[in-house]
Amino acid sequence: MSDLRELYQEIILDHYKRPRNFRKLEGAKGEAEGYNPLCGDKVTVYLELEDDRVRDISFQGSGCAISTASASVMTEYVKGKTRAQAEALFERFHDLVTGKLQTTPDAPELGKLAVFSGVSEYPVRVKCATLAWHTLRAALEGGEEAISTE
Amino acid sequence: MRVVNELTATQTPRGSHGTFDVERIREDFPVLKQQVHGKPLVYLDNAATSQKPQVVIDTITQYYLTVNSNVHRGVHFLSEQATQAYEGARDKVRRFLNAPHTREIIFVRGSTEGINLVAQSYGRTFLKEGDEIIISAMEHHSNIVPWQILCEQIGARLRVIPINDNGEVLLDEYKKLLGERTKLVSVVHVSNVLGTINPVKPIIEMAHSRGVPVLLDGAQAAPHLPVDVQDLDCDFYVFSGHKLFGPTGIGVLYGKAHLLETMPPYQGGGDMIRAVTFEKTLYNVPPYKFEAGTPHIEGVIGLGAAIDYLSGIELERIAAYERELLVYATEVLSSIPGLRMIGTAKEKASVLSFVLDHVHAHDIGTILDQEGVAIRAGHHCAMPLMQRFGVPATARASLAFYNTRTEIGMLVRAIYKVKELFD
Repeated sequence: MSDLRELYQEIILDHYKRPRNFRKLEGAKGEAEGYNPLCGDKVTVYLELEDDRVRDISFQGSGCAISTASASVMTEYVKGKTRAQAEALFERFHDLVTGKLQTTPDAPELGKLAVFSGVSEYPVRVKCATLAWHTLRAALEGGEEAISTE
Repeated sequence: MRVVNELTATQTPRGSHGTFDVERIREDFPVLKQQVHGKPLVYLDNAATSQKPQVVIDTITQYYLTVNSNVHRGVHFLSEQATQAYEGARDKVRRFLNAPHTREIIFVRGSTEGINLVAQSYGRTFLKEGDEIIISAMEHHSNIVPWQILCEQIGARLRVIPINDNGEVLLDEYKKLLGERTKLVSVVHVSNVLGTINPVKPIIEMAHSRGVPVLLDGAQAAPHLPVDVQDLDCDFYVFSGHKLFGPTGIGVLYGKAHLLETMPPYQGGGDMIRAVTFEKTLYNVPPYKFEAGTPHIEGVIGLGAAIDYLSGIELERIAAYERELLVYATEVLSSIPGLRMIGTAKEKASVLSFVLDHVHAHDIGTILDQEGVAIRAGHHCAMPLMQRFGVPATARASLAFYNTRTEIGMLVRAIYKVKELFD
């Protein structure tokens, strides 16, 4: 069970059971849908931008603990960031969950997102952890097509 | 053929006499003797693919060590040996399905290719705009998408037999769908998600009373039930070798001879021709007409060995053992609070799909894996069926005759670990 606790950390379970910013954002300026055909996970990310900054962000959808918690923590973390900052954060986060960062102190800017470091031990779950981020990127870019992890 | 035949003949499968000795049968499957994440492997993903007995592995190895050669071509000794082994396996398949003729047995890559072959060869020739094809609500994508492609090509229409909450087809609704426009029925024999054994005999009878041919997708049935295509009277039957304890990349399409004869080739190439000039090609007769190119020789011979192995145990005894195991597993899984079974048909094969309150199937799969228990989590290539039951995904434990009650116990314990983590 100790190994599993590395993956399913308390913060992840908490965000899965009580996801933050889990709602539709009325009058959202940006919106994108993400989909993982492998497991049927779906997420919609809503954005409200002010100039270049994420003024508000929310999400809806259904998914596993990893994908739901990842989306929830992401919304907390990205709020108030600029596009460039959000983009950079995704890159660091991607490195974290794919095991490219050896230790989280390498990337102090990740903060609470570091709880997802355990995902790197489970390659098939990387797509769960990054689905919301890919969808956020699409929402920032304002694309029309739904995002798929495949 | 010399080595291969001797090999499959001398290794008698275990448990072929007296009681069903599952521990002895397990000895035949080397892959089961390992640990995963420091725990004994509990392999419950048999509906995805089954494990291979030593005799199948040895037969393939022996083929490459002593026989390897191309079939139907060479006049030399090895080619003749390879051809004999290849055609010998065709006859084993014929007996396995109780088909009247070996020319009705076509080797394909798997059930999926078998269905695509019928859709493109039979469907494009004999169906036209406005015609209807009937499938059921519990089909695998492999028995949906080939028909959708055909429908797009010719302007035909797909109709779907609905199912009830237990996962049983509604025969009354099927009867209503059968009409003047119905030109083909294609249904799954055993559902890969629900385990439902469909009432295929009445389904076929009702179609035949209107002169409509029926294809059965037997991917999940062949490993669990005796299949007799003459008794069923189906027009086409497909199954996959790898789910039947044989190699991947090989499968079978059975088709009634009079239908196969009227169908055009599916692919062109070597072996499927009688004579070729640049002006015109004369096609070979079935089954060769449908087997273009050098076939999957090792796969066919390996499948033959798997069929020999199964025949040694007898499918009736396998079915009886699995039925008992299924009843036990259903009982203990259903007793877990918050667990809901998906697929509770009266007639079922050993597939157990379930969902747990507040836990996604994907998380169940990961946690069970850490306990050494291999199951499938997801939509099982049946997304419309997931919608029907209002779930995004299920966890699925699918049993084979080498699984035990002890392993079911380990599955249950692992599920309690999931609950412990999430509650």
